Amino acid sequence: MNTVVTADHLARHYEVGGGLFSKPGVVKALSEASFSVEAGKTLAVVGESGCGKSTLARLVTLIEEPTAGTLKIDGVEATPDNWDKLRDTVQIVFQDPYGSLNLRHRVGAILEEPLKINRPQMSAKERQEKAREMMALVGLRSEHYDRFPHMFSGGQRQRIAIARALMLEPKLLVLDEPVSALDLSIQSQVLNLLLDLQERLDLAYLFISHDLSVVRHVADDVVVMYLGRPVEFGSKEEVFANPRHPYTKALLSATPSTEPHPDKARIKLEGELPSPLAIPDGCPFAPRCWKAQDKCRAERPELMGDHPAACWFPEG
Amino acid sequence: MADVSSSTNTTPTDAAMARPGRFKEFWRYFRENRGAVIGFYVFIFFLLVAIFAPILAPFEPSTQNRDFTLIPPVWQDGGDWTFPLGTDPLGRDMLSRLIHGARYSFLVGTVVVILAATGGILTGLIAGFAPKWLDTIIMRIMDIILSIPSLLLALVLVAILGPSLLNAMIAIAIVLQPHYVRLTRAAVMTELTKDYVVSARVAGAKLPRLMFVTVLPNCLAPIIVQAALSFSNAILDVAALGFLGMGAQPPTPEWGTMLAEAREFILRAWWVVTFPGLAILMTVLAINLMGDGLRDALDPKLKRS
Repeated sequence: MNTVVTADHLARHYEVGGGLFSKPGVVKALSEASFSVEAGKTLAVVGESGCGKSTLARLVTLIEEPTAGTLKIDGVEATPDNWDKLRDTVQIVFQDPYGSLNLRHRVGAILEEPLKINRPQMSAKERQEKAREMMALVGLRSEHYDRFPHMFSGGQRQRIAIARALMLEPKLLVLDEPVSALDLSIQSQVLNLLLDLQERLDLAYLFISHDLSVVRHVADDVVVMYLGRPVEFGSKEEVFANPRHPYTKALLSATPSTEPHPDKARIKLEGELPSPLAIPDGCPFAPRCWKAQDKCRAERPELMGDHPAACWFPEG
Repeated sequence: MADVSSSTNTTPTDAAMARPGRFKEFWRYFRENRGAVIGFYVFIFFLLVAIFAPILAPFEPSTQNRDFTLIPPVWQDGGDWTFPLGTDPLGRDMLSRLIHGARYSFLVGTVVVILAATGGILTGLIAGFAPKWLDTIIMRIMDIILSIPSLLLALVLVAILGPSLLNAMIAIAIVLQPHYVRLTRAAVMTELTKDYVVSARVAGAKLPRLMFVTVLPNCLAPIIVQAALSFSNAILDVAALGFLGMGAQPPTPEWGTMLAEAREFILRAWWVVTFPGLAILMTVLAINLMGDGLRDALDPKLKRS
């Protein structure tokens, strides 16, 4: 197996506020994130809004530098000095295809931009050939080459975004909620396209989503995040069939079911997400957990076990 | 998006329709504003007059007909068809001078807008992309320029540089520049939060490319409107400087300078001051109306689809 990306205790903290006289607060958007993705596999990152999913995406795509921890891409440790060389390996597809394409550029220019920047020796003709090839691969017609993004529907725009991300032949594609802005019928088309491309090009996916039914469809492994920390990690089957962390269980129970009378009652979480500026000392989930005990509020659990979960009293 | 309707009736083979479609959409919005269309036609009329001035004007602007000083316009007693709008105290034909004056007004407008917009857009882009401290320095300097009355500042600058049309244009360009800086910076900051900029970064785009290829084309709409409006501002300010004797120097047939020269005859010969004043008024009004229409057509927030 060929590991494309390895993250080791990755963390990203932001300083916020802080004027002339007040000390800035620190938001720990992401801490202790360790995972690896292999070629041809999909690692899904799930969690509610504000849990650090997108921060993770920004770190892996080399937009931001981690505060701590190391990120290895294709066996090379990523530091700002070699970011430029690693760009070829990691690309990203964004959530909103209405904001991620430059409205003033034609589809052809959008697709060729990564080549123009990273392959200066390539001739204009080669670039165009490559762009047309890629358009065919993602299911766009060749006459779309000269059009502007505003002439396309959401699904087609997302295809353009995917084509652009693939122009440099990356090994890892970060998909930051790639289908949540699309309607349901288009979602499945785009997901199938992604799965098809993964198989053909042996791509590794880091799939970020809050939609568990989508994750169930595409993922191989799943990381569940809560307040900037992974709380459970396992293969898709393990996590969905046998969730160990209470938070995962609550998330799963909140997924809409197609059965008219699901046998399991939905777990309703009480309380609110703690402020990321002041994360409680113990388990960050303790204030909302129905199983919380004194130990949970005092000490923070690390990921434990061979289907790891950060919980003192895991399920099952 | 208003363009969806226009794109559905393009045939798939006709990919070149993309640009006309966008222009057509612009024209549809622009046409809704009748004042803007009238302003546009008046503007075109003055532009043609300026271009073909040597052909249209019956006399050279500085030819002095000593025997025909202060002849009134044709429709008044003593008027003469040789001088349809009368003559000035030196016997120069008013019509010819006004026609040639249009050239100066358009020259001034164009040069000032180009100078102010280039400088302003560059500074605004830098301020928008710069770290906070540099941004603060640039914007505070712009605030200082804006806090001084513009004509006064232009006067001071001309006094330093020496009175001439070119120096007046430079002074006015400097005075108008902060508006462009603010506008560009605001537009850049809005655009920078969008995903396509991040996408360009992920693709490896460096700062100059991000600035000029990725972000700037998306900021142009408000800047074009500002350019149209400051065109009229420039004409007005140069006329004012000319009137104060700090702009174009006699015998240049610049409208403001013509006003200043004729000031002492205002009671005896109303036409020597009225016609240059009217010319300034009509040009500026036409351009302002056109600018309003441009804003309506280019501002996505005002679009109804």
